[in-house]
Amino acid sequence: MSETKFTLDYQRREIPSKARNAGLVFTALGLLIVVISYIVNPERTAFNSIIGSSFLLSIGLLSLFLIALEYLAGAVWSVVFRRITEFLSTVIFVVPILAIPFLLNINSVFHWTHTDTVAKDAILSHKSPYLNTTFFFARLTFMFLIWWLFYFIFTRNSKKQDSTFDQALTKRNARFGAVFMPLFAVTITIAAIDWLMSLEPHWFSTIFGVYYFSGSLLAALAATTFAAVRMADLDLFGIKIKSDHYYSLGALMFAFTNFWAYIAFSQFMLIWYANLPEETFWFMNRWEGSWKYITLGLIVFRFIVPYILILSQPSKKDPKRLKLAAIWILFTHYYDLYWLVMPNYSKSGIAFSWYELGYPLLCIGILLLVFTMRAKGNNLLPVGDPKLKRSIDFHL
Amino acid sequence: MMERKDLYSITALFDTPDEIVNAVESVQREGYTKYDVNTPYPVHGLDIKMKLNPSKLGYFALVFGLTGTITALFFMWWSMSKDYPLVIGGKPFFALPAFIPVTFELTVLLASIGTVLTMLFFYFRLPNLSHPLHDTDYMRSVSNDKFGISIEAGDSLFEKDRVNKLFERLGAKTIGEIYFDEEEKSKKPKIFEPKFIIFLLLTALIISGASYFTLNKMLYMAPFNWMVTQEKDTPQSHSKFFADGFGMRNPVPGTVARGAMPYIFKGQPDLAGEKLVNPFNPDEKTLAIGKKKFNIYCSPCHGNFAKGDARLNGQFPNPPSLHSDKVRNWSDGRIFAVITEGQNIMPSYAQQLTADERWAVILYVRALQRAVNAREDDLK
Repeated sequence: MSETKFTLDYQRREIPSKARNAGLVFTALGLLIVVISYIVNPERTAFNSIIGSSFLLSIGLLSLFLIALEYLAGAVWSVVFRRITEFLSTVIFVVPILAIPFLLNINSVFHWTHTDTVAKDAILSHKSPYLNTTFFFARLTFMFLIWWLFYFIFTRNSKKQDSTFDQALTKRNARFGAVFMPLFAVTITIAAIDWLMSLEPHWFSTIFGVYYFSGSLLAALAATTFAAVRMADLDLFGIKIKSDHYYSLGALMFAFTNFWAYIAFSQFMLIWYANLPEETFWFMNRWEGSWKYITLGLIVFRFIVPYILILSQPSKKDPKRLKLAAIWILFTHYYDLYWLVMPNYSKSGIAFSWYELGYPLLCIGILLLVFTMRAKGNNLLPVGDPKLKRSIDFHL
Repeated sequence: MMERKDLYSITALFDTPDEIVNAVESVQREGYTKYDVNTPYPVHGLDIKMKLNPSKLGYFALVFGLTGTITALFFMWWSMSKDYPLVIGGKPFFALPAFIPVTFELTVLLASIGTVLTMLFFYFRLPNLSHPLHDTDYMRSVSNDKFGISIEAGDSLFEKDRVNKLFERLGAKTIGEIYFDEEEKSKKPKIFEPKFIIFLLLTALIISGASYFTLNKMLYMAPFNWMVTQEKDTPQSHSKFFADGFGMRNPVPGTVARGAMPYIFKGQPDLAGEKLVNPFNPDEKTLAIGKKKFNIYCSPCHGNFAKGDARLNGQFPNPPSLHSDKVRNWSDGRIFAVITEGQNIMPSYAQQLTADERWAVILYVRALQRAVNAREDDLK
């Protein structure tokens, strides 16, 4: 059998500068609001900073996860979208900057940092070997170093392949993917516990890491889908994205919508059934006063609406519908994080005003900016990937 | 000897998936509609080339799934909170979170079973088990390594020569003819096939036998019965822990059951009349309860209007009328003492009536007394 070498006749196209400009506007506006709100009310801004940085971390880290997963599973269909996930995963470098407001105000956000309260509290002093300021920052540094390291490994090899067409690089990335996976599982659990769960350090829930993972994976998939549909609309790939590609993205979003609901409900039902005061108070805080509507809204917005939106097969193949679903899922992920974080700031009822607008705008702006900056001077398709031809011809 | 046979279809075999896709395109272009393709594995893009409509099976799945959801929710609501409400773990009767897993299971179960049955009956035409293509060399080839297409004789454009020529032109490796099996054609498919019935009976027997064994035998064998013997005291068992050797403990002295009010005037009806006060007002709800309970427990002797003229009159020492001056001048507490402890031949009604109901009955008796001995101003 003769060796046929596939080379794609690829012409690099640039993302229109409109996207970058929009990113600049959003970033500037968001930054302005964040800075003002930090001056006016640093505590509230710190809570918002947890939401914003967890949101960006979701997209960045889970995009990295998708890259590793693709290499590890030898997935073919997603190769055409891999550059999108690579660009998106770059935001993990911005996350620490967004986290500054709450890292500076760690004392007003996490009450396990007050050593005198911890000493008087039996549960907190039991948890203090893990929940103390020194170890918290040590973990933070460790996690980000790991994520950054693997980001460099994956993207460097991927980029190198564009010019060398070296198939061994794919294999090398697959090996690193295998190393990354268990580290990822541990670090995302730590991140979820440290940033979100330890806001209420008395609480117990062993499923919380998975809860954050399930929602975050949805967010990363939604961001990827949105970028894919948008770039195909503008014909930036130079190839035709088939309905089979869209279907796969849609099916994943649908599957993980169900997965999120499954995990969220499992967490709730076990706590509801056992009815132990040290667990139920977490849900009670979210079921009293006006928070009840946010909780009910979470079920409707995050599960029922996307479930109906992308249940049928034609809707998963329709780029317009997928784009709508992607935007919606990104919104609901932010909503979910708001539901996780804000009841700790305002126990009495919903807290929503202009303070809460800064971080969403900043997140959109940063996503657009980082994406367009990374796309500049990079191929939008991994042209050297040995699986690219099969990915372009992908059939369900 | 020439055997007369009905032609079902003409078949062609190809070696590669590309050839079969090409063949489908040509057959489609020629305008045939009644044809089918058989391949050893799913060939990508074939359904688009064949212009097949998307399967309707999904709608059946949706309908069956929703049936499961509604059945589960309705039945749990009806049994758990309507027909036979039970308090379980202090949860509400309609405990939706507890019902969700069951609802989910039944939705999935009915959706999958319903979809498979729909497929078997509507698409595979069960109980018809035969198809002309079955047990032919063509079928043996396409389930091994060949790609086959078969144009049915029922097609309006079907002409033997034309189809043969088309297949030859497409470069088919083998062209064959498939006939209806005379025996199969005349045989009507039966649901009540003896073999099938026997199969069903055997299945039922095995499943019920296995269930019986599991639930009645296996659960009482080690290790499944380990939970039966536990290191704990059961009622009536001897305790090695407590000094008095009893497994059951007495409640702490002074313990009062929830909602129960101890009666402390035993044998002192006059003191009770002095100290006890009716905690209720004669409102509509209380009087309704009092009337109901009076008619059940008091009226057989005292009569419907408390005049002591019930049908038991003459069979026992006659019960007194409650309209006497004595009873009318008694305080509510004094009457309460009589109902609670009994008096003369009248037994205690403490078992039949709760304290609250006794007070309600007393208020009703007051109403009856007032009806007979109305005050001046009542008549105005």
